[in-house]
Amino acid sequence: MAKFMGLAEAIAQNVRDGDTVAMEGFTHLIPFAAGHEIIRQGRKHLTLIRMTPDLIYDQMIGMGCADKLVFSWGGNPGVGSTHRMRDAVENGWPNQLAIEEHSHAAMANAYEAGAANLPFAVLRGYIGVDLPKVNSKIKSVTCPYTGEVLATVPAHRPDVGIIHAQRADKEGNVLIEGITGCQKEVVLASKRTIVTVEEVVEKLNPPSFNSVVLPHWTVGAISHVVGGAHPSYAQGYYKRDNSFYIAWDKISRDRDTFLAWMKENVLEKTPEAFAVHAKKGSA
Amino acid sequence: MADFTRNEMMTIVAARALKNDDVCFVGIGAPSAACNLARLTHAPQITLIYESGTIGTRPNVLPLSIGDGELCETALTTVSVPEMFRYWLQGGRITVGFLGGAQIDKFANINTTVVGDYDKPKVRLPGGGGAPEIATNCGEIFITMAMGKRAFLDKLPFITSMGHGPTGKERRAYGTKSKGPTRLITDMCVFEPDAETKEMTIVSIHPGVTREEIAENCGWTPRYAAQCGETPAPTAQELEVLRDIQARTKAAHAA
Repeated sequence: MAKFMGLAEAIAQNVRDGDTVAMEGFTHLIPFAAGHEIIRQGRKHLTLIRMTPDLIYDQMIGMGCADKLVFSWGGNPGVGSTHRMRDAVENGWPNQLAIEEHSHAAMANAYEAGAANLPFAVLRGYIGVDLPKVNSKIKSVTCPYTGEVLATVPAHRPDVGIIHAQRADKEGNVLIEGITGCQKEVVLASKRTIVTVEEVVEKLNPPSFNSVVLPHWTVGAISHVVGGAHPSYAQGYYKRDNSFYIAWDKISRDRDTFLAWMKENVLEKTPEAFAVHAKKGSA
Repeated sequence: MADFTRNEMMTIVAARALKNDDVCFVGIGAPSAACNLARLTHAPQITLIYESGTIGTRPNVLPLSIGDGELCETALTTVSVPEMFRYWLQGGRITVGFLGGAQIDKFANINTTVVGDYDKPKVRLPGGGGAPEIATNCGEIFITMAMGKRAFLDKLPFITSMGHGPTGKERRAYGTKSKGPTRLITDMCVFEPDAETKEMTIVSIHPGVTREEIAENCGWTPRYAAQCGETPAPTAQELEVLRDIQARTKAAHAA
């Protein structure tokens, strides 16, 4: 049942050391403010699940929050490497990071299987490639009807699922529009959920009968964090800050530059600091 | 001959490979420029699909990521990511998948995962993303990559996406019905698979490029088709449209 609370309280109540945490948003609506709050609260030993780790997991990995990463594409889209993730995998800094690597199709299917309360997902995938040799979770099943051999992966059932959405109404019903990624599946697959929203409105007024709406009784904590997806974006509220994604390459390449940036922009800030990035009507 | 770069040549030749009635799954990086150039020149009705779920998108500037808001705003419709991979890609609705890559071999297998040992990598690359399933579920695959000794390898350290398999026979052996890589467009030449061996074979050389240069930038001894000719040079219109969209893109991403 949806409960409104501040972001610090939502993270403190729901994210524990050692949890498996999935923070989704496919380029769009990435829950950066929630990630920063997890870093500030010093959560450790997390297993982080996300299709595209992006800058948010680069920051969390670099700050030592994660023991393991489950992912399918780990880069800075259109720019290059996620340097903190690379430093952890290649050099064990700031700690060793175990990886469980999939393809996008498998990750999307695994979230859907989790939402559907199934133990595993089936797909026509991983044909002729090396990932199954290095990821023992990738197995296969023979179709009982046709005899076709299909790939399987275990369902994602995170302890905590975290997303950012455009808005919620006072009751806690949540609306997501634009590129909706796997957010609906993550919320329905997770034991506990946190949703940060740009806006809280009296009535949701979904724009069409088929809008993506999460009923209040499927959602856990809701926190109102204006600008909470920056430097990702919230369609209808503000644009993706592509210049920051480009700038991150330089900030994150060097350990000291990275730590200095995190101190100034995350450790010494609060969720309210995100509001400066949201200029309504600019997207 | 001096009025275009090899990178422009590569993008323009890649764009020419696409047809007006194609439904094209656009990979991140170089393919995105080629696909949009095709849409803005000879293939205005082409359907471009990005893995973020945007179907029939018509961006005015090239997206930096595969999920920029521009893609959604100009799309016919946007679906969820599980639906994109299940109904549209696995469902067999895509005629062409357009991929880039970090490393490639003579049978057009691609590595975007790791250089060196997987558990102790020399360089950790981003990984497969959508590519492993794009490579087998699309009708055919076009690949675009600049040549170089570190990119065009005799043997890959890791196969992220299958081309025709390590010996050229595996794709058929797996019973995969799609064609796999039918064209590899580089900054120096165009490769197509040999009908029998599936080895990627050079079918045309770009203007101003020599066979010696190609040999210096290829990790295996490349084979040439019997009728290997010269790739037609970019037209003034192709260059103008490409430079326009790149200038618009640069201005937009700096903002």
